[in-house]
Amino acid sequence: MNPFNYQRATAPEEAVRAASAHGAKFLGGGTNLVDLMKYNVEHPTTLIDVTRINSAQINTTGDTTMIGAGVRNSDLANHESIRTNYPLLSQALLSGASPQLRNMATTGGNLLQRTRCYYFMDTAFPACNKRIPGSGCAAIQGFNRIHAILGASGGGSKDATACIATNPSDMNVALAALNATVHVTGPKGNRTIPFAEFHRLPGTTPQLDTNLQPDELITGVELPVPKFAKHSYYLKVRDRQSYAFALVSVAAGLEMTGNTIHSAGLALGGVAHKPWRSLEAERSLTGATASPAAFKKAADLALAGAKPQEHNAFKIELAKQSIVRAFTLAAQEQRQGAQA
Amino acid sequence: MIAIDDKVPHPKLDRRQLATRYDALAKVTGRAKYAAEFRVENVAYACIVQANIPSGSVASIDQAVASRAAGVYSIITPFNAPKVTVPGNVNLLQDTTVFYSGQPIAVVVARSLPEAEQAARLLRIEYKGQPAKLGFNGRLKDARAPKRGGEGAHRGDPAASLAKAAVIIDQTYSTPVQNHNPMEPHATIASWEGDKLNVYDATQGISGVQGSLARAFSIPPKNVNVQCPYTGGGFGTKGGVWSHTYLAAMAAKFAQRPVKLVLGREQMFGPVGSRPNTSQHVKLAASSEGKLLLVQHESTCYTSLMADWIESAAAATALLYDSESLTTAHNLVDLNLGMGTWMRAPGEATGSVGLEIALDELADKLKIDPVQLRLINYADKDPRQGLPWSSKNLRECYSQAAERFGWSKRNAKPGQHREGNKLIGYGMATANYGAGRRPSSAVVRFLPNGRVYVGVGTQDLGTGTYTILAQTAADTLFMDPALVDVQLGDTTLPLSGGSGGSTTAASVCPGVYDAAVQARLKLAQLAVADAQSPLHGAAAEDVETRDGKLCLKSDGSKSELITAVIARNGNTPVEATATSEMPKDRNTFSSHSWGAIFAEVAVDADTHMVQVRRMVGTYDIGTLINHTTGTNQLVGGVVWGISMALHEESLIDNTYGRTVNENLAEYHVPVNADVHEIDVTAINIPDYRFNPLGARGIGEIGITGAAAAIVNAIYNATGKRIRDLPVTVDKIMQA
Repeated sequence: MNPFNYQRATAPEEAVRAASAHGAKFLGGGTNLVDLMKYNVEHPTTLIDVTRINSAQINTTGDTTMIGAGVRNSDLANHESIRTNYPLLSQALLSGASPQLRNMATTGGNLLQRTRCYYFMDTAFPACNKRIPGSGCAAIQGFNRIHAILGASGGGSKDATACIATNPSDMNVALAALNATVHVTGPKGNRTIPFAEFHRLPGTTPQLDTNLQPDELITGVELPVPKFAKHSYYLKVRDRQSYAFALVSVAAGLEMTGNTIHSAGLALGGVAHKPWRSLEAERSLTGATASPAAFKKAADLALAGAKPQEHNAFKIELAKQSIVRAFTLAAQEQRQGAQA
Repeated sequence: MIAIDDKVPHPKLDRRQLATRYDALAKVTGRAKYAAEFRVENVAYACIVQANIPSGSVASIDQAVASRAAGVYSIITPFNAPKVTVPGNVNLLQDTTVFYSGQPIAVVVARSLPEAEQAARLLRIEYKGQPAKLGFNGRLKDARAPKRGGEGAHRGDPAASLAKAAVIIDQTYSTPVQNHNPMEPHATIASWEGDKLNVYDATQGISGVQGSLARAFSIPPKNVNVQCPYTGGGFGTKGGVWSHTYLAAMAAKFAQRPVKLVLGREQMFGPVGSRPNTSQHVKLAASSEGKLLLVQHESTCYTSLMADWIESAAAATALLYDSESLTTAHNLVDLNLGMGTWMRAPGEATGSVGLEIALDELADKLKIDPVQLRLINYADKDPRQGLPWSSKNLRECYSQAAERFGWSKRNAKPGQHREGNKLIGYGMATANYGAGRRPSSAVVRFLPNGRVYVGVGTQDLGTGTYTILAQTAADTLFMDPALVDVQLGDTTLPLSGGSGGSTTAASVCPGVYDAAVQARLKLAQLAVADAQSPLHGAAAEDVETRDGKLCLKSDGSKSELITAVIARNGNTPVEATATSEMPKDRNTFSSHSWGAIFAEVAVDADTHMVQVRRMVGTYDIGTLINHTTGTNQLVGGVVWGISMALHEESLIDNTYGRTVNENLAEYHVPVNADVHEIDVTAINIPDYRFNPLGARGIGEIGITGAAAAIVNAIYNATGKRIRDLPVTVDKIMQA
């Protein structure tokens, strides 16, 4: 790995000041960033360790819950109030990575997890618009079974903005369906970013994963009033039973009385550059009766406009089947968070 | 949960079992040292620089900036490398040709590993690219016969047999490229003293490393000492000597200091061999009663442009079933990739996928139970030359495994067994692996303190060689195995050979047996010639050892302590070195191991994810020498079968020729959540014609048939026949 400076921040202001230096990066659990440094994909000049200053607290005030950016994934997943009020989040977290990684990974860091696109992670591939802007996209003509089917920036493998990478996080998919808000601090003070606007589609700047500025520090994630505590399900389809990224994942939440749906939350993982929340699908379920037909309709809406690559056409139908399955399980009475 | 059953007692030897592995304590306490862990004074760290084009040549390497980087001692490239003698399967910087992306093209030696790696990044490498041969499927039409080896088998009159057939199966099955990923990556520490070379190497064959290095550097083998007391898994990739071992020695010479070279995980994908993919065309023709008339099996795999290597998937087909006609063949497709090599059950693991799935398709078409179909075509002698088997109890394997599995509950019609969203299916296959052995030497020494020392120039891959050798000496000498000290992994010990092809146990145990018998005879000769011994005057052949004593077979009342004999011998240890002999009648029989493996799967109707709920296997491997190490080998093989069926595949980009999933996050092997009940039993009937212990090798048979059994179970569950491994959710969904 390249030589770099390491400094431990003692206050958020200090961290933000240090981050203004060219090539500086914040270090949380290091479960993704350190790997990418070893692969020479990331080469920060300075690592600013924020694990001492980022809150590791989970606080419920009134109807909302604030998760400190430093809360470890394991602690978040197993927190009493999260398990009770936001089981979708708990279930999503526990389906990701391994216990060892979850013990290290932080909430803030997980929001910034980078893609697992093979061609991004190996610097020997010369074409990756995310790693080297303007260089092309080797994945479009390569192995793209695990890549995006929604919201990708199109064009051929030589297109200077093409990118079919996906966001690999499970936590993010649940947070999208739960309509969370990200709290950040920066040189201009504090601000909040609605979850749907936190991650970006590749557009013409696939090198950018999020709308966070380089010198902005994530301080926490706010969860709104719990609506899906009784009816939710996180379904993850993958190439083995554990420790594999999603081919397709579904975060499904329902607010129901009897069989009538008052509101729904739906986000997909493994299909796009960001957690793919479908407002159209959610709206189609509002006021509907929970039924296979209603869920199928929502699934069709969520996948509208999907464009497959050479090896991933299966994801469209797989996502639809998984959405129906996840909503069907969510609609059933509250269960413990067992996998389907 | 792992069930172990070993009810049949060993009829010949009073088998003494070590309760735990000989090396268990050393391993769990970290006292066991692996190659890279030896402390060598003044050691420098090397890293290999790899080509990132698939074909062409290195035009230039500008090392000006890299040479000035902190801590750099030496940079070796094709433009300054010392001349050595190069075998065809490695790249030692002797010329600039690039055969594959990932090929070693330079070595950086530095004070620390991070400094070596950083300097490697600062090299400015220019290539002259050539069009690469990539993409196996697109080049199948260019397949050719191997330059040598891989000969096909032929019997009967295929056309006549085909004409008689009531049912024909004619399908193509494919298996992917796989890469070995033992816990311990390849590693070498090399140091020179004049023209003497000392090497610690992670290997499956210390004597092979010794000979290879001697040839490369033109020094006598005795000048090369190779040590490897523990190997952290090999699975075939450590069976050969790859570039890094030579390059470590070259770098140590070049930099004039000891050099440590450990491969990174991503360097395990290409430069140290792969299991080639296969495309297997299988044609089965049978009578309406299920009698096989014709078996045809033609397998094509990739080979590196560097040299031919054949994944001999069709080889075992010639001996598995009794068919009146048969043809087998192997073909190769040249690609710009690294070498193919042995991976656990090379040939049988892949070949059993094609043949055993085809047999399941035949059984389905004939409406004959798959076990029954195999019994109908049971080979009572080796169909190749008509030789008798030294021992074959495959019928017992089928019946015992079927009984333990509950095969009679299977519904032959697919898709009938449903539990909620899960489709349940049962499948089975035959397992087989050849039994081989070779001469192996050993020294056995009675020590003054009452212990017995065993030294063998073999190595323990983690398979249990230490354990079974302690037991063999203890069995032979009727003593407590806890009093046996075993030394392995050093080329100064008596010559043995490589640990591969499931030959180790069958070879090294007889060597230790012979040395122990001869050492005992020497001890007896000392005692009977000694007037102070109660055994004085007896015939040496009448003396046996029992629990630390010498006693007369003819008169049990006469005995004395072994330590007393040695004490009177001036406390000089009594030892013998022996080399096991191959049986003189070995060309009059054929030796194989056999097994039957059954699988139960649950396939999710919506997500198409497969869970292997149960694997039940019964094996005929001759004597099961040690429960723990033996069943562990079988279980490990079965787990790899799950991996082969469902998970494992090296994805090689057709444009760049690189493996894209070259890490353990993306190269999927089963995790604990993928492995459920595995019930493994050995019927434990010794094969004394094969060797004096009756034990055949056990390391590879577990993987054979296991993948096919799972694929067959998926068909039984879903009615979908997947012929391309691994069976992933998309393949099931789209079938």
